[in-house]
Amino acid sequence: MGRSGDRPEHTAPPDVFYDDVEARKYTTNSRIMNIQTQLTERAMELLALPEDGQPRLLLDLGCGSGLSGETLTERGHYWTGFDISMSMLEVAKERETEGDLCRKDLGQGLGLRPGCYDGAISISALQWLCNAETSQQNPKLRLKCLFDSLYKCLARGARAVFQMYPENAVQAEMITVTAMKSGFTGGVVVDFPQSSKAKKHYLVLMTSSAGVPQLPQALEDEHMGQVKVYERTSAKGKRRKDGGHGGHGGSKRHPQAKGRDWILKKKALRRKRGYMDVQPDTKYTGRKRRNLSNF
Amino acid sequence: MKLLTHNMLECHIKGVTNKYPFKVEAEEMENCECEFNPDFLRRMYPKLDWKALKETADELKIEGLPESVSEEMLKGDESFLRAFHHALLEVEVQEGALICPETGRRFPITKGIPNLLLNEDEC
Repeated sequence: MGRSGDRPEHTAPPDVFYDDVEARKYTTNSRIMNIQTQLTERAMELLALPEDGQPRLLLDLGCGSGLSGETLTERGHYWTGFDISMSMLEVAKERETEGDLCRKDLGQGLGLRPGCYDGAISISALQWLCNAETSQQNPKLRLKCLFDSLYKCLARGARAVFQMYPENAVQAEMITVTAMKSGFTGGVVVDFPQSSKAKKHYLVLMTSSAGVPQLPQALEDEHMGQVKVYERTSAKGKRRKDGGHGGHGGSKRHPQAKGRDWILKKKALRRKRGYMDVQPDTKYTGRKRRNLSNF
Repeated sequence: MKLLTHNMLECHIKGVTNKYPFKVEAEEMENCECEFNPDFLRRMYPKLDWKALKETADELKIEGLPESVSEEMLKGDESFLRAFHHALLEVEVQEGALICPETGRRFPITKGIPNLLLNEDEC
């Protein structure tokens, strides 16, 4: 997934791209199978189900030929798989996967009863939703539809982990913001951020309302330092240097408020809440306007 | 499609209010054996819509499900748990259709996979 030309979601819609030939690869190509298993294992780690040995009911979104589902079955869980490609689902049936399968377009919503599922995983599927296949489709609305219905059908405290290949930071941001608007907390965990090949994005979404749980740590290479976990509140939201601006600013009516610090605080808060229209913080932020009446 | 999945699915056509449960039209059913796991049944019971499960099981002529379930039955009634397991996880509808209770829209089931794709005017 290096150049943008390598991205299959740019060539055809998922139900067309994953035809019989492509679907067959997922049962015969051991490299693909290995990667899928690794991704699923990591997703399960991030899903952090309680380790009490209880069987749970999980969702596999974009289950494809059921490779990821097999990992779930191995761990004693029951699962329901959704996918849009009939060829892939038929391969899954042939392989006699334990989970039950439905043909569904994730962008149309999941259509599941509230609070039933103990978690959801999705391996390499989400980026497919970011492309409009027809003029009627709006990627943002489709993502919203998915996240809204997912939030509804998960039990409180459950998590959803999406392994995905976002095209760029803007797309990752768009996906995360949409998920936050549906009520989730969480963010993107990037494993092996320094390596262009091993780099993997996991969107970890949490439904718990009690407190703010910590986003899990990303994996890193042993000799490479620095872990990159970007949460919605980090980086841009951090306030710039504080010194020097305390004195001026602030109006007569609200002596303590509306100085530079106050504006920075409000802007950080808006960013944290997922608004995209917040201006960047610069040296001009909170400066007084020139008196234009002199001109 | 197992009845477990049927119990979770609701119709997601835009604007439909009476969306649960789907009516099942079964032309071909199959019995797929699956490991008996009472822990899972006990975990799932509170999440299931028992009335919908019972009604669908009756329509598909799956026997052995009682009208209501008590704590004791879930704890230790082996014959009940077996029947519950059979209805929930072993019976699979291979060919047929799911029918929206409000609009009557048919979602065909082929090779055990229900096709729940919506047309553009439905979403």
